[in-house]
Amino acid sequence: MDARIRIRNIKSIVFKSVIMFLAFLVTIPLIVILIYIIKQGVMQVNWHFLTNVPAPVGETGGGISNALVGSIIIVALSSVIAIPIGMLAGIYLSENPGTKLAHYSGLCVDILQGVPSIVVGIVVYFWVVKPLGTFSAISGSIALAMMMMPIVIRSTEQTLKLLPDTLKEAALSLGVPYHRVILKVIIPCGFSGILSGIMLSIARIVGETAPLLFTAFGNPYLSTAITKPMQSLPLLIFNYATSPYDDWHNLAWGASFILLMFVLILNISTKLITRKWNIQL
Amino acid sequence: MEHSVVSATKFNAWFGDNHAVKNVSIKIEKNQVVAVMGPSGCGKTTFLRCINRMHELIPGTKTEGSLKLYDDEIYSMNPIYVRYKIGMVFQRPNPFPNLSIYDNVVAGYKLNGLKMSKADMDVIVEKSLTSAALWNEVKDSLHKKGTFLSGGQQQRLCIARAIAMEPEVILFDEPTSALDPISTSSIETLFHELKTNYTLIIVTHNMQQAARVSDKTAFFYLGELVEFDNTKKMFTAPKDARTQNYITGRFS
Repeated sequence: MDARIRIRNIKSIVFKSVIMFLAFLVTIPLIVILIYIIKQGVMQVNWHFLTNVPAPVGETGGGISNALVGSIIIVALSSVIAIPIGMLAGIYLSENPGTKLAHYSGLCVDILQGVPSIVVGIVVYFWVVKPLGTFSAISGSIALAMMMMPIVIRSTEQTLKLLPDTLKEAALSLGVPYHRVILKVIIPCGFSGILSGIMLSIARIVGETAPLLFTAFGNPYLSTAITKPMQSLPLLIFNYATSPYDDWHNLAWGASFILLMFVLILNISTKLITRKWNIQL
Repeated sequence: MEHSVVSATKFNAWFGDNHAVKNVSIKIEKNQVVAVMGPSGCGKTTFLRCINRMHELIPGTKTEGSLKLYDDEIYSMNPIYVRYKIGMVFQRPNPFPNLSIYDNVVAGYKLNGLKMSKADMDVIVEKSLTSAALWNEVKDSLHKKGTFLSGGQQQRLCIARAIAMEPEVILFDEPTSALDPISTSSIETLFHELKTNYTLIIVTHNMQQAARVSDKTAFFYLGELVEFDNTKKMFTAPKDARTQNYITGRFS
């Protein structure tokens, strides 16, 4: 009897050790990536790097200002497209969970989330780039918005579903019309959750390369025209890292560092915001 | 009879196929406290939620018959106007968690986008909180969130929020069932004061509470209004055998 209990205890300890070890193991890829990118990239980053366009082959110096500005413009445009649509659709899904429309719409959202990003890029190429006759920042934004929307929709839906019905009843019983109940009570109460979903969706798309290959295309010069090709950080990394020149490799490392830091900061501030602005129900 | 604030004639309500309120006729007079009691699932809460048209917010519900606020048919009025005139306090205190105590009291105005001067608002806040017997406890923390208060205080805040709209009638849906005995007794005391200005309709599971606070009591059973009479009479000499059985605890 004693022996059997001892064996069971040993099994428990082994099991616990294995899951602990694996939990530790999953932190390693991020740590390795961080160390490597910081080592390679941090030396490249300075004021000159951030405010200049890439230098032509053979010249030293040069920076990534075109990609930085481009990324900001493209992501901002995608947000302008995806956030309102995503939030409103998410509100519908959380408010009308039993309806056919909600069922099929939710299904499509889930599948859209699983569509490979390169496919999204190709589709937008045929829908937007070809009819317009030119690669453009706006087509890149449309592609990224399609990737962003499912995340915003689902996070809005999940957040609002957690709010108690009594909250809505309280407002309705005061004679508040439905649209104001949603805008003045439901959204403010779920704001931290919705915002964190939005920030995570931005973090998710800012590094997307594939949808931009046939849409925003890239541009070696600083451009702010949304109907013209535009550079972005992931495109710059893709193009310059695959080039044969050492100077360009360094640019790509620097850009990787900036991109990684951006995603990291976005993730950390999301955590802080949810903690700070979380409304006690 | 012309004093009736709320009157129902052959009023019916359904949840899908479930006939929850059957042929109810009742006249509720001004400045009275009316207790509505009955076992679970007897339709008392459904009836209450019909009075301010909250019942219809649940998909698949319908109503039939006449339900009036004074001389106006409630189901022909704009539901938003009905809810201005008929306030409601719920089972669980539900102050708006994103608003301060102050803003919770004037939520009915602010959320509806009704413009009002700061001075007028201050008056309403103080008056409503005083009526809800909460002013002294919160006057120094009006700008804290309403959810920092205790359960009983939150419920009184919800009462103040209903009072602030100056309704004709205030509906209470088991207002003390989530509260401790001390908070319950402070809210019961409040009912006596509130009836000088408002008509109160209180759904309760608790017979002692009905006996303590109400002028008249309505007894619902299986969707029907079995008996409606002065509370004293109901508890001492009920006419209907079902009321008798319920009061004496033979079924619940």
